[in-house]
Amino acid sequence: MKQKPLTMTRVALGSLLRKPATVPYPAARKPVYLATRGHIAIEEDKCNLCLICDRRCPTGAIAVDRTGKTWAIDRLRCIQCNHCVDVCPRKCLAMENDYTTPMQMKRSDVVPVPFTPPQPKPKPAAAPAPTSDSPLQAKEERPGERNHEPPDQSSAD
Amino acid sequence: MANRTVIPFGPQHPVLPEPIHLDLVIEDEHVVEAIPSFGFIHRGLEKLVEKKDFTEFTFIAERICGICSYIHGMGYCQAVETVMGLEIPERAKWLRTMWSELSRIHSHMMWLGLLADAFGFENLFMACWRLREGILDVIEETSGGRVIFGAAKVGGCRRDVPDDLLARIPAQLNAVEDELRAITNVFRDDFSVRQRLCGVGLLSRNDAYDLGAVGPMLRASGVAQDSRLDGYAAYDKIAVEPIVEESGDCWGRTMVRIREIYQSFDILRHVLPNVPPGPVDMKITGAPKGEFFARLEQPRGEVIYYVKGNGTKFLDRFRVRTPTFANIPPLLKMLQGCQLADVPVIVLTIDPCISCAER
Repeated sequence: MKQKPLTMTRVALGSLLRKPATVPYPAARKPVYLATRGHIAIEEDKCNLCLICDRRCPTGAIAVDRTGKTWAIDRLRCIQCNHCVDVCPRKCLAMENDYTTPMQMKRSDVVPVPFTPPQPKPKPAAAPAPTSDSPLQAKEERPGERNHEPPDQSSAD
Repeated sequence: MANRTVIPFGPQHPVLPEPIHLDLVIEDEHVVEAIPSFGFIHRGLEKLVEKKDFTEFTFIAERICGICSYIHGMGYCQAVETVMGLEIPERAKWLRTMWSELSRIHSHMMWLGLLADAFGFENLFMACWRLREGILDVIEETSGGRVIFGAAKVGGCRRDVPDDLLARIPAQLNAVEDELRAITNVFRDDFSVRQRLCGVGLLSRNDAYDLGAVGPMLRASGVAQDSRLDGYAAYDKIAVEPIVEESGDCWGRTMVRIREIYQSFDILRHVLPNVPPGPVDMKITGAPKGEFFARLEQPRGEVIYYVKGNGTKFLDRFRVRTPTFANIPPLLKMLQGCQLADVPVIVLTIDPCISCAER
């Protein structure tokens, strides 16, 4: 094949005469797309602390504390896979389009949740029916949380 | 006989995007033998399949590689679906084909930039990567991620692409393709580029076949082999002609990849208007029991996924044979007898993806 001269020179001259391909951040920002997976946000008023997002997160970035009534996410561990949004039964998690903001120290974003988990009924004889929206809530509790339950008066008597 | 010297090449080397170590046995500036070492970035991803639910393992399969991520996720899903006997919706098949081809274009354009960087053509490198941004924008707009698509799912696709967006993409692709012509003309016609690529790293047709080369390596040596001809996803409804060059040198491999970019543009122009309406995923019940090998064509060549399920939600075994791994023996063959200064270019023309190869 015949070699042609100045092929790259034409490309370089074109680049010289064109506007910069980059965006002068932070004066201007690239528009985000509707589909862009940026960061996870929570509507804490709708959350019922059901722990499903905590259990299903592939990287363990989400930590839900039912005792302290908080929902926390470690932004550096989150891989924006959208799985928690897919599995949330109350649809209180959402994927926002903006990328996560840079952080100066490693920490979790902790969100207080107003929901109060119902206390198990103090009747050991009959198994309590799950009252919340999530079936996981009544039967799956962490061992540490049991210390905060009110003492079972009926069995003490 | 001249003195023999051993020169270590890598794992940290300006031309290497990822770590591989080669001990080059040198005799008068000529390489006599190359001895590779691996294992710098082994992550044990295949073992994780025993600890993750088979549906959630898709996230890990997608992260085997940062460049061909979609096809890794899709290949895993395809293997699991075959084991479970699932027939995914038609629209999901066409969307998978679309994302595979977008992934191929962006991988090849990235590689062209890296190749330009390897022979010291910084300006060309920047030009290739600037154009690649146009493809990444399309990928982000359709899938939500720039390089990790996050769109593969056992049973279909995780997200649908609106029809108006599908109708808009061809115009964006045409704009990128027009600009790309000027860049690929440089690779094809420029004197300095041809001096660095023509006749370097020769791999004969027989050697390529015997040593198990795959993908553009094999096709640049004159063997017409392409796994897309097997007709997975929607490729059974698309005419795919393997791109073949006869020269078997670095320039031939470059030309194969350049022509594959334009072929992918053509495939996308056929796929986008023909995506059928309907659902994009289906409900999964049960767990995989049985085993299957799935073969797909990645940008770097044929990739094989082996999946073995035992009827529970945790798979017994998952194994990936990546194209880079298959291309290492031909690389060692090509390095024998080459000039020391040509080693970076030859190593780069196999499009090494070491994180794939070591997983």
